[in-house]
Amino acid sequence: MKRVLVIDDEPLARMVVLEYLQDFADQLEVIQECNDGFEGLKAIQQHQPDLVFLDVQMPKINGFEMLELVDNPPSVIFTTAFDEYAIKAFEAHAVDYLLKPFSKDRFNKAIEKYLAQAPAPAQHVKKTEDLLEAVASSPAQHERIVVKTGTKVKIIPVQDVIYLQADDDYVSVFTAEGSYLKNKTMNFFEQMLDPRYFVRVHRSYIIAIQQITRIDPYEKDSHLAILKSGAKIPVSKTGYVKLKGVLGI
Amino acid sequence: MAISQTTSRIYGGLGACAVLWAGVQTYIVHSFGFIWYIAITDGIVNTILLSAACWLINNNLRYYQPGKGSYVNLFMWCVSLAGICTAGCRWIIPYLSMSSAYMLFLTNSLTLRFCTDFLALGWMAMVSMLYYTQLDHKETEKRKSEAEKLARDAELYNLRQQLQPHFLFNSLNSINALIGFKPEKARKMIHQLSDFLRGTLKKDDQLLVPLVDELQHLNLYLDIEKVRFGHRLETEISCDNHCEEAMLPSLLLQPIVENAIKFGLYDTTEKVTISIRAEIDGSNLVVMVQNPYDPQTTRPKGTGFGLRGVQRRLYLLFARNDLMETHQNDNIFTTIIKIPQV
Repeated sequence: MKRVLVIDDEPLARMVVLEYLQDFADQLEVIQECNDGFEGLKAIQQHQPDLVFLDVQMPKINGFEMLELVDNPPSVIFTTAFDEYAIKAFEAHAVDYLLKPFSKDRFNKAIEKYLAQAPAPAQHVKKTEDLLEAVASSPAQHERIVVKTGTKVKIIPVQDVIYLQADDDYVSVFTAEGSYLKNKTMNFFEQMLDPRYFVRVHRSYIIAIQQITRIDPYEKDSHLAILKSGAKIPVSKTGYVKLKGVLGI
Repeated sequence: MAISQTTSRIYGGLGACAVLWAGVQTYIVHSFGFIWYIAITDGIVNTILLSAACWLINNNLRYYQPGKGSYVNLFMWCVSLAGICTAGCRWIIPYLSMSSAYMLFLTNSLTLRFCTDFLALGWMAMVSMLYYTQLDHKETEKRKSEAEKLARDAELYNLRQQLQPHFLFNSLNSINALIGFKPEKARKMIHQLSDFLRGTLKKDDQLLVPLVDELQHLNLYLDIEKVRFGHRLETEISCDNHCEEAMLPSLLLQPIVENAIKFGLYDTTEKVTISIRAEIDGSNLVVMVQNPYDPQTTRPKGTGFGLRGVQRRLYLLFARNDLMETHQNDNIFTTIIKIPQV
């Protein structure tokens, strides 16, 4: 028996999924319905479901942002009115996506697809992670960074970010209020952030261009960027070339 | 920049005219046999008075253009200004240069002076009036064509807005759900949705409609949202009797209410109340829309929440920039618009 979670902020939309799922009652069991991303996040951590039906457009944090915060993401079927063009990019990585309103036939196909590939759960985690990398590069995701602090979810607008620093398997996001850890790679952030405002100046650092007050030479072939906050960030040789390109000097 | 350049060139030209006028008059008075001092005094005093009168008329016409019926007023203005100029010459010049022969000349030439002054002022008035009317006309034309363009854009935007996935497809999805267990409700929602879409498509953006019609249209929209989010959406619409007939540009409130829904409903998880209040204040219809918002996830920028289109439209229709204001406090966002009633 596979355990299923339905996350959507519209009760009627969840009802459609529940109604369509009745035909699969012997294989899939709905363990909970969630009203928004916060409830969804809690339920996923608590129940570790096998499959999640996830709406994209939800209050405060959207479906993608919620998934980013999950440590071992389950298989995902998107149910969304998000425009097809935008979601096509992620098609390869999700189990499937259902464009609202979807028919019973289309829904059945998605379930069959999931059941057919179910035996290897590790593969799903990989898939969902690939999905998030793909999502990160979509322009809709440039606006903010969602992090977990303890049990709370914190939303950081990108204009509040001063710099990012690699920290083992995590990345520290530095803002005026403090720093936050996020379980993501530097490549993820380099993809996500707008290259006009953020530059990866070093293997372990991405800085906000607006925050730079000056750039000093430092040792052979490298530089130090001094930020408004007083932080000194090492700039590698290739990082310096990139920085000069963006600043137009 | 171009305008101020033209203006300074015009003023230069007028200045040159005044100098020429003074010169010619001086020469004429001198040719009657008076000494240069008297001739120059006469020329300068008369020109200064005349220039002042011209300036007065020009300035007046810049800010106020007489309607077709009040050309008589303008004529009277010219006559009285010419009279004042002539009288000024008669009483001021004798203080500066006394000579009995000149006094005689001055008194005898008063009628002629009055006539020339009147002609000069009349010419000035005519030129100013033509110039400013044409300037005003150009401005109005520009505003009108911009208003038309914006109306077209607004129509297109509305179309896209109505036909975009979030509203239409989510509504269709709700209908899909209702068909299963509440077919009567599904049918009702189909009717609401089609009435709403039809209302958006047929409306002419240039048209003024009564508030009661506009509120009816908004109600359709809010009712559909209530089907989707009924468990947490409340609306309060208040509008007293004499407001109902007040006129406003069609679909003006739609983007404001959409904004309220977008930030008040789509981006919050609690129960929300969206209120629309209309009242008459003097000669204005005042409409206030309020919605809660979450300051953690959304930050109002500038006017707040992309309402610039509404403000622009109000400017183009009424040539005023003070018709929309927004406030935020206690996590409540308020939009107030005033629509002048003609």
